[in-house]
Amino acid sequence: MDMTQAVLLTIITAATPLLLAAIGELIVERAGVLNLGLEGMMATGAACGFAAATVSGSTGLGVIVAMLSAMLLASLFAFVTLTLGANQVASGLALTIVGLGLSGLIGAGFVGTSRTAVPGLSMEGLSDLPGFGKVIFGQDPFVYAAWALTLLSIVFLRWTRAGLVLRSVGENQASAHAIGLPVLKIRYWAVLFGGACAGLAGAYLSLVYTPFWSPGMTAGRGWIALALVVFASWFPFRLLLGALLFGGATVLQLHAQAASLGLPSQLLSALPYLATLLALVLMSLGRRGGSAAPGSLGQSFVPDR
Amino acid sequence: MEADETSTVAADSAKQSQMLPTIEAGLADDSARTSGLLVQMTGITKRFGAFTANDSINLGVERGQIHALLGENGAGKSTLMKILNGLLRPDEGEIVWDGETVQFESPQDAAKLGISMVFQHFSLFENLSVLENIAAALPGSIRKNGFNLRRLSKRIEEVGEAYGLALSPARPVNSLSAGERQRIEIIRALLRDPKLLVLDEPTSVLTPQEADALFVTLEQLAQKGCGLLYISHKLDEVRRLCSKATILRGGKLVGECDPRSEDVRSLAAMMVGTHVPEVRSQALHKIGDVRLEVEALTLPAPDMHAKSLNHIMLTVHGGEVLGIAGIAGNGQSELFAALSGEILAPQARTILIDTMPVGHIDIESRRALGAAFIPEQRLGHGAVPNMALSDNLVLSRHGTDRLDRYGMVNFRRARRLSDEVVSKFDVRISGKNPLASSLSGGNLQKFVVGREILARPGVLVVDQPTWGVDAGAAVAIRQALINLAAQGAAVLVISQDLDELFSISDRIAVLHEGSLSAALPTGQVTRETIGLMMAGSEVDDAA
Ligand SMILES: Nc1ncnc2c1ncn2[C@@H]1O[C@H](COP(=O)(O)OP(=O)(O)O)[C@@H](O)[C@H]1O
Ligand SMILES: [Mg+2]
Repeated sequence: MDMTQAVLLTIITAATPLLLAAIGELIVERAGVLNLGLEGMMATGAACGFAAATVSGSTGLGVIVAMLSAMLLASLFAFVTLTLGANQVASGLALTIVGLGLSGLIGAGFVGTSRTAVPGLSMEGLSDLPGFGKVIFGQDPFVYAAWALTLLSIVFLRWTRAGLVLRSVGENQASAHAIGLPVLKIRYWAVLFGGACAGLAGAYLSLVYTPFWSPGMTAGRGWIALALVVFASWFPFRLLLGALLFGGATVLQLHAQAASLGLPSQLLSALPYLATLLALVLMSLGRRGGSAAPGSLGQSFVPDR
Repeated sequence: MEADETSTVAADSAKQSQMLPTIEAGLADDSARTSGLLVQMTGITKRFGAFTANDSINLGVERGQIHALLGENGAGKSTLMKILNGLLRPDEGEIVWDGETVQFESPQDAAKLGISMVFQHFSLFENLSVLENIAAALPGSIRKNGFNLRRLSKRIEEVGEAYGLALSPARPVNSLSAGERQRIEIIRALLRDPKLLVLDEPTSVLTPQEADALFVTLEQLAQKGCGLLYISHKLDEVRRLCSKATILRGGKLVGECDPRSEDVRSLAAMMVGTHVPEVRSQALHKIGDVRLEVEALTLPAPDMHAKSLNHIMLTVHGGEVLGIAGIAGNGQSELFAALSGEILAPQARTILIDTMPVGHIDIESRRALGAAFIPEQRLGHGAVPNMALSDNLVLSRHGTDRLDRYGMVNFRRARRLSDEVVSKFDVRISGKNPLASSLSGGNLQKFVVGREILARPGVLVVDQPTWGVDAGAAVAIRQALINLAAQGAAVLVISQDLDELFSISDRIAVLHEGSLSAALPTGQVTRETIGLMMAGSEVDDAA
């Protein structure tokens, strides 16, 4: 396997958890809900997924449990903010704290345990093609899931009626309500979907990326995913680019630190953030009206009757 | 006799459906029924806190009936219609739909029954396209035929053309004028196959031609058995269109009548309870120096959907009202934006206020020179819906009325000034210093106009001063504009309402496709001439 391919592989692996979590959050935000609890949901997903997979010995079950556990947290968030109309920012922050705490609790018995990582696909012939064979045909299923989700969300938002309804609800909740769209129902589904994606991202971290459990293993990726959604100005394709760029800069930065270029390591650690920010700002400047910021983002919806 | 009538109606509608793309009235299941009671509201009461907006009101609509709901601003018409649409829950009273008592938990329930509403304050999605705005509102029955945006887009164009409500489906709503937004609301409601269609002041921003085309459509719908509820302040329209009228005053039912057998004055008297005054022109006052001048203003279209302005020349003298007529979408918004400073002119010298070049300075600096501006959209542009009236006053007058010192706002003074607007302009409010969004449309307009006029500007630019405002309030607003001019201010009024322009302007110019005609003295032109110029024909003696 040549050098470029190896680098590309590490970039993609670094980008995948971000992409998974961010796509979910993008859909949530397009419906007008700001769920800042991404980090907490990811952490809980990672812990529950790891526990379930270790105990049962089945990776598939681990993934399902990870998604369900994060969805459970998401439904709690949905109940508090949508049904009870609580402030979304405060509830999201609380969710992060709850999720991180919960992950520590669940993972306590597993600290130091490790598993074998989920293997990549290996397709006879294709995966061994020189050049990009392994990049395209030899990834683990999560990577394909992330790509598929990106593609599906583009199609969903742009071309389906359900996607249009979801965007309408996020754009102007009062108008959506007035013309008879079920604002709260749509938001519930969106938040649950966001939870499932966060759980999947968590499972990726604890089952593939670093296949052992250590507390706090999400390491702020939930926050980065949140930022990516904003920098990508709520467009899935830009999100993909942003996640890859961030993954790329992370890998580059690691190599640079290893090569000890004499630059302060703090500066290098900041590189991925700076590069992503810069690229996405430039990208949104390039196009006119280049943001799909939902008009009702973060507002509680309590119709006065 | 009865059978005879239905058969001619059927023949009629068959004929029409050959000529026009049909709009199904949602009656495929019981198409035989084109008469009979469709909905009956009984004893409807709605309170907002201590304020009673609807006081045990009865209202029944029959199939095929075009039923007018009349009343002054703040009479409670929109509130009653929101109850019928499931947006508001009545405190008392019941709604019987097609013989069955119903309770609406949300607008969805009403939509399921086939109640469709054209809102007075638009319920559109600013950042979505016209097409998407319409598609999002279409019910499940249309979804069955597949979610085909291309087909829908063609249909919007067809329907728009057939009914004189032209729209280009791809444009984002935020680039559209109020008139164009109104067209979307109407087409959207029509495409939803309504059994009962509620129109809350649909024609206040339409041109006469558009309104005429709309009436044809509404009559067709009625013939197919759709019930219509029609709210308008234009009593001529009501007399032409409606066979029954219910009149509200101060939240109470004050009468029912057949508007065709009443005249405009008697209808107006029933609404207001007294005689409606007319605008009095001020006794001869002096026309002073030029206070507002536009010198060869050329402006490229600010975005791909807007109009460009070509070589606009105009002058407004102190003591004078200049009216600018034109059909919506011919550059009115752009002209207003250029005059107010929301869009800066290419050269400073193209716009002069009291001979000071102002083309390059922003709205706040223009206000400091004694100018004031009243935009077309009162909610969102003229006022912030979720802010109290006094805070809304601070927004436009903080500089001119010394409402802020060292960055601190003098809220007490703001409150006093806003109370002054409320009392001098007879703004009807519930509670003290309420949110702008809780005022009825006409009352908010009075507030916005009053706020600017009481700043005693030397130059006032106003876009559509009285759309959606009842007759009494419209007269009050027009009178205030004339009085302001009589005190020496230069007043520029952009309006689509020719009656309004003829009653208040000293001179009238016509804006067409971004070009402005020369201004003609009102006494020397006829409505026909102006109408032709609005439609784009060259008028020789215009030069
Ligand atoms: N949500 C609300 N809260 C408080 N007052 C309201 C609200 N909505 C309407 N009102 C008041 O109810 C009255 C009737 O308003 P509306 O039905 O909009 O009048 P209109 O007949 O002009 O349509 C007005 O005085 C208005 O201020
Ligand atoms: Mg109203």
